[in-house]
Amino acid sequence: MEKIFSARDPSALNTETLEINFGPQHPSTHGVFRMNIVCDGETVVSLKPVMGYLHRNHEQIAENMSYAASMPYTDRLDYFNSMSNNFGYSLAVEKLANIEVPERAQYIRVIMAELTRLVNHVSVIGFLLNDLGAFFTPVLYAFREREKILDIFEEVSGARMMCNYFRFGGVKYEIQPHILQRIKEIVKKFPKFLEEFEALLSKNEILCMRCQNVGVLPKELAVSASITGPMLRASGVDYDIRKVDKYSIYGRFKFRIPLGEKGDVYDRYYVRILEMHESLKILDQALKDIPATGELVSKKMAPFLKSPRNFKPPVGEAYGRVEAPKGELGFYVVSDGTPQPWRYHVRAPSFINLTILEDMCLGHKIADVIVILGSVDIVLGEVDH
Amino acid sequence: MIFGSGVLRSMLITLKNFFTSYFKGPEEGGIFTVEYPETRLPEKERFRNFPFLVYDRNPENLRCVACDICAKECPPKCIYIVREFDKEGRPLKRPAVFDIDFTVCMNCGICEEACPFDAIYMDHEFEIAGPERQSRLLYHKDDLLKSNEYFHKIRPTDATAIDQQRREAEEKKKAAAEAAAKAKQPD
Repeated sequence: MEKIFSARDPSALNTETLEINFGPQHPSTHGVFRMNIVCDGETVVSLKPVMGYLHRNHEQIAENMSYAASMPYTDRLDYFNSMSNNFGYSLAVEKLANIEVPERAQYIRVIMAELTRLVNHVSVIGFLLNDLGAFFTPVLYAFREREKILDIFEEVSGARMMCNYFRFGGVKYEIQPHILQRIKEIVKKFPKFLEEFEALLSKNEILCMRCQNVGVLPKELAVSASITGPMLRASGVDYDIRKVDKYSIYGRFKFRIPLGEKGDVYDRYYVRILEMHESLKILDQALKDIPATGELVSKKMAPFLKSPRNFKPPVGEAYGRVEAPKGELGFYVVSDGTPQPWRYHVRAPSFINLTILEDMCLGHKIADVIVILGSVDIVLGEVDH
Repeated sequence: MIFGSGVLRSMLITLKNFFTSYFKGPEEGGIFTVEYPETRLPEKERFRNFPFLVYDRNPENLRCVACDICAKECPPKCIYIVREFDKEGRPLKRPAVFDIDFTVCMNCGICEEACPFDAIYMDHEFEIAGPERQSRLLYHKDDLLKSNEYFHKIRPTDATAIDQQRREAEEKKKAAAEAAAKAKQPD
């Protein structure tokens, strides 16, 4: 009798924490990502992310080849949004070599970057629902829309995901009027899909219970950990590089920046939905204003398309950054006057956003860790560049 | 709002999608997948997968001059070229060996862009599964050679434009040669 009594009193029990190795081969880690989780019962006491399983020396490879040749490698960073990766890299090199981009190419770039944002956000919400246990129904609704946009990417650039479409001083291929017409149709139909998607998810009690007040990221912590992108905005910090930097021609468009209040998983989900609405606004304006004709690559850079080895930017350094769907994607390039960059560095948003994972997960149950990781929106190609 | 009405509404939407997927086309939210080997989606003209070498008329007459530019520009360095020599040891303007490793190639299309002789272009071939790596996926010169007609078939717009360019360049060259010959002739 006395034995049962003591078992009911936890202090008398001989308990110990349990260390769990989560990943790298686990479907909900979105790739080859590993976490060492220490659990007390089901509650997370400590969490150590282990990265580097997909490390492939991206920076060193880029330092050993011509500037243009590392453009296809940037596709493979965040393989969901190759267009915005191209955008960041070409902005950095254009800054370095002081290249002007023609008007029509600027518009095409913005259209492609915003389509990429739609692709990314729609599929990341689908994957988040996968992590919550809504297995593959929302993600396939999302992929239905994603497929239409990927078809456009294929028709424009030649590949669905590894687009390799941007060139220094412009873009590679002409975009025909019938493709622009199809993009217009997609932009027209997308709000209807978003409405349905939102009706499916936003007020769903199960989603609310699993997501609200889970993985809260306070404003101060987010800023001090240099979190960017939808995660930062979900915590209520008004910071979007499209507005702050006004790179390319983003200064011309009217759009707003959605902000979250609490910074929990639900806010991160909802900020992404709202951001898609804003992207559609930008696309609408860009498709209206795009000049019908014009050159695709600036005159200064056109000869280097055929001979990338002859392109030698002046000695100096430049940092080009874009608001990629996952956060601030920056490329730091140092030139020593040779055809190869002397130093090439990538500021990968998902890598830096991942550093805060432990602080968000502490005190939550182990099932919530998966949801929080899903809301961070990582792509391992970028984390382990 | 009653607790649980959100879940019910979500379920109604999935039910609606279940029915629309059967009775509507892919544009209105129906099934957008195809049963692949039986039905195929039309290939996009710009679709690029693996390079091939173009020849005019017969395979002896290939455009490649073994200049090695594509091999140098190739980001993953998957092209290997050896120039052909004649019996006296003089270099000829054609490759003796032209190998591309499919396992290394990443289909970026830079070889096509860099080639100054319009000799290498991206193919549409994607069904490349084979029983063995070395014999199937290492492409030699003979496997890579494809006719200009094939190029016209898969990428009509690009091929026509390039043919036009080549014709113009040839005519220019001819005119220049004639002019040079005329200038040489003492009247």
